[in-house]
Amino acid sequence: MNERGEGGGRGMRFADEFRDPARARALVAAIRAVLKEIGATAADPVHVMEICGGHTHAIFRYGIDRMLGDGIEFLHGPGCPVCVLPMSRVDDCLEIAEREEVIFASFGDAMRVPGTRGSLADAKARGADVRMVYSPLDALELARRNPDREVVFFGLGFETTMPSTALTVLQAARERLGNFSLFCNHILVPPPIRALLRDPDMRIDGFIGPGHVSMVTGIHIYDFIAEEFGRPVTVSGFEPIDLMQSVLMVLEDIRDATPRIRNQYARVVPEHGNKAALAAIDRVFTPRDAFDWRGLGEIDRSGVKIRPEFARWDAEEKFGVGYAAGKSSGREPEGCMCGEVVKGMMKPTECPMFGTICTPENPMGALMVSSEGACAAYHLYAGLRPEEVAS
Amino acid sequence: MKDMERLPRLRARHVTLAHGGGGRAMRDLVEEVFLEAFGRPGDGSLEDQARLELPPGRTAFTTDSFVVSPLFFPGGDIGALAVNGTVNDLAVGGARPLWLSAAFIIEEGTAIDLLRRVAASMAREARKAGVTIVTGDTKVVGRGQADGVFVTTAGIGVIPPGRNLAAENVRPGDVVLVNGRLGDHGATILNARGDLALETPIESDCRPLNRLMEAVLAAAPSCRAARDATRGGIAAALNEIAEAAGVRIEIDEAALPLRSEIRGFCEILGLDPLYLANEGVLVTFVAPEEAEAALAAMRALPEGQDAAVIGRVRQGRGVVLDTVLGGQRIVDMLVGDQLPRIC
Amino acid sequence: MCLGIPGRVVEITSEDPPAGIVDVSGVRRKVDLSCTVPAEGLAALMGKWVLVHVGFAMSVIDEDEAARTLAALEELGEAMEEIEAMHRSAAMLEEAE
Repeated sequence: MNERGEGGGRGMRFADEFRDPARARALVAAIRAVLKEIGATAADPVHVMEICGGHTHAIFRYGIDRMLGDGIEFLHGPGCPVCVLPMSRVDDCLEIAEREEVIFASFGDAMRVPGTRGSLADAKARGADVRMVYSPLDALELARRNPDREVVFFGLGFETTMPSTALTVLQAARERLGNFSLFCNHILVPPPIRALLRDPDMRIDGFIGPGHVSMVTGIHIYDFIAEEFGRPVTVSGFEPIDLMQSVLMVLEDIRDATPRIRNQYARVVPEHGNKAALAAIDRVFTPRDAFDWRGLGEIDRSGVKIRPEFARWDAEEKFGVGYAAGKSSGREPEGCMCGEVVKGMMKPTECPMFGTICTPENPMGALMVSSEGACAAYHLYAGLRPEEVAS
Repeated sequence: MKDMERLPRLRARHVTLAHGGGGRAMRDLVEEVFLEAFGRPGDGSLEDQARLELPPGRTAFTTDSFVVSPLFFPGGDIGALAVNGTVNDLAVGGARPLWLSAAFIIEEGTAIDLLRRVAASMAREARKAGVTIVTGDTKVVGRGQADGVFVTTAGIGVIPPGRNLAAENVRPGDVVLVNGRLGDHGATILNARGDLALETPIESDCRPLNRLMEAVLAAAPSCRAARDATRGGIAAALNEIAEAAGVRIEIDEAALPLRSEIRGFCEILGLDPLYLANEGVLVTFVAPEEAEAALAAMRALPEGQDAAVIGRVRQGRGVVLDTVLGGQRIVDMLVGDQLPRIC
Repeated sequence: MCLGIPGRVVEITSEDPPAGIVDVSGVRRKVDLSCTVPAEGLAALMGKWVLVHVGFAMSVIDEDEAARTLAALEELGEAMEEIEAMHRSAAMLEEAE
């Protein structure tokens, strides 16, 4: 970016160096060389799954998939928490948000996901007090400033956001803030990956591991992928150079048949994770027996719920919604292929609704709403429309 | 005697429905808030219409409504937007803006001082732009039926003979220029409105662009087209031109002028500056041989000091971005509001 | 939710809960520091770079590791240049024949 020496005119540290075109060129050359050694071709490419939605977004935003050629195919994994949120949970959000006393605070991305009665944005248009926040702490502040209202924070995300949500609940408990609660939809990375690896139709040669999940958990949560399933994982940062370097590293392991867990993002990810973060998670959360995943169905012990000691801050208990109310999940609209795409079994362009019935203006499923969703990324960055895809 | 006739009669502190009723209360409001700021017609008359003599050339005519919330934000307010938005819509057609109308829909209960501030702001921007507000209207609606105040302005300008700016003129080989840094307004409004708790010196770039446009046209008479990049960011403006002209526009990511704070803001929230709204960004398309001159002309003015070449026009379709990395990606029109990403 | 961004700690505002102000390219935001309290105490975070995610500092960026990563990329860059140079000269030799 062209900055005229104004406040920070040197650019962004730990970002710009990892967007350098010269380094990118070197990596492209190295990757192509390894792909050749593997014998990968357009007809028989190497399949690498990037688990995390943020990685999907970065790949398309920088056009990395186009730069690497046909020998590698990226499978877009289920690591987009907005994308895998089942419709029933969105419906639960609306039920809570539509109560007059409630201020419903949510991350921006989650506001447009459609449930059976529309999205949170639709509810807001109909008069519900739904507010977009950047941090759960902002929701806590709303509770402090509005003592006569009930503030509910829509907590979702993988292990990355669990510590921040947990610490916020702990703070609410310390302040005895009775008008704040959390609607907990946090999920874990390993269970759906295990489910995918067990699926005989899946062909994944290696993984790009989620960088910010790993910052919290450390890298050994992926050991089972190498030990039980013989696939390599490289934990990656989010700048394009990070991703490309990680692709190179995982391809090397595929070439050498040395499945192991490697850490490209060592500047941020500690091998054993963050103690304080893990402690907070452990204090506040406990695994749920099962959680519903859009497209993947119910997966055992894949989600967390709030421990009984913090029930006062658990929106499910407070408002009698969700699993606390013993409800089962709703169904996706007819023809919705979000599930197949989220598993990497189908490309967005192969979904019959892509770009026709399901568009960013009128999304049918979460993958088109969330900017991490593969469908939204394809539509926005690759500009792929049904008529442009060779049939 | 004239002074005695103009002793202030408006004592109310807040607007009531009576102020929109057409009677004395309304006359007092109009005179002491709006005319006070905008000035009376030279001959002191107050007819139902403004009577104007159009200079030679083609008449340009535009209108826009302004509903921004919050009404006041760093770098501007609804009044400034209302004047500059309309002035700029005229300017990008090569017109010299002359006269504006200003219509107000005011919510019952709004503080009269607030209206004075808005009017003062409009008067100031009008002076800067060299236009006069010559006619207007006031209505009052019940509580909750407007967000404080809505403003609609319409503007008349004249396009001197011989000028013909149009998207269809844009052709392969042309150079794309902007006058300044992108995204300031959109980021300011998002920050002012949201519960984002970000401290930043970012301000809206709300300003008139007619002087700049005249400078560009003087230096680069072959200028094909211009756009005032507002909602939807420069992505929207570029896509409009690409579609209308049937060309492909290639933008160089490294060349986009951005405040480092806007970069930081976008990075934190996962926003793309291409889609952030602007209120003082002029996008111009000029013949390649005149690009240097146009650039120099812009940089000589304060509102053009950050002017830069950001891309080129080619054969083909759509708008693409050459990323800093060396890759390429498509820049499409955005759907709806850009939601801050968290992931 | 993966969007984490590097920022510099420019002020410590509270010990309990640990909190401070982080600067990202001129934009400042109050950030919770509970997950990055150093053994030497909170003050040791001043001037350090941290990874900020939804209002929480989640990791202190290890500048040595960053330098190592960049150095590895430099080496790769040089290696690729050499390989390219080799290819070019080989191609020239072929043409000459």
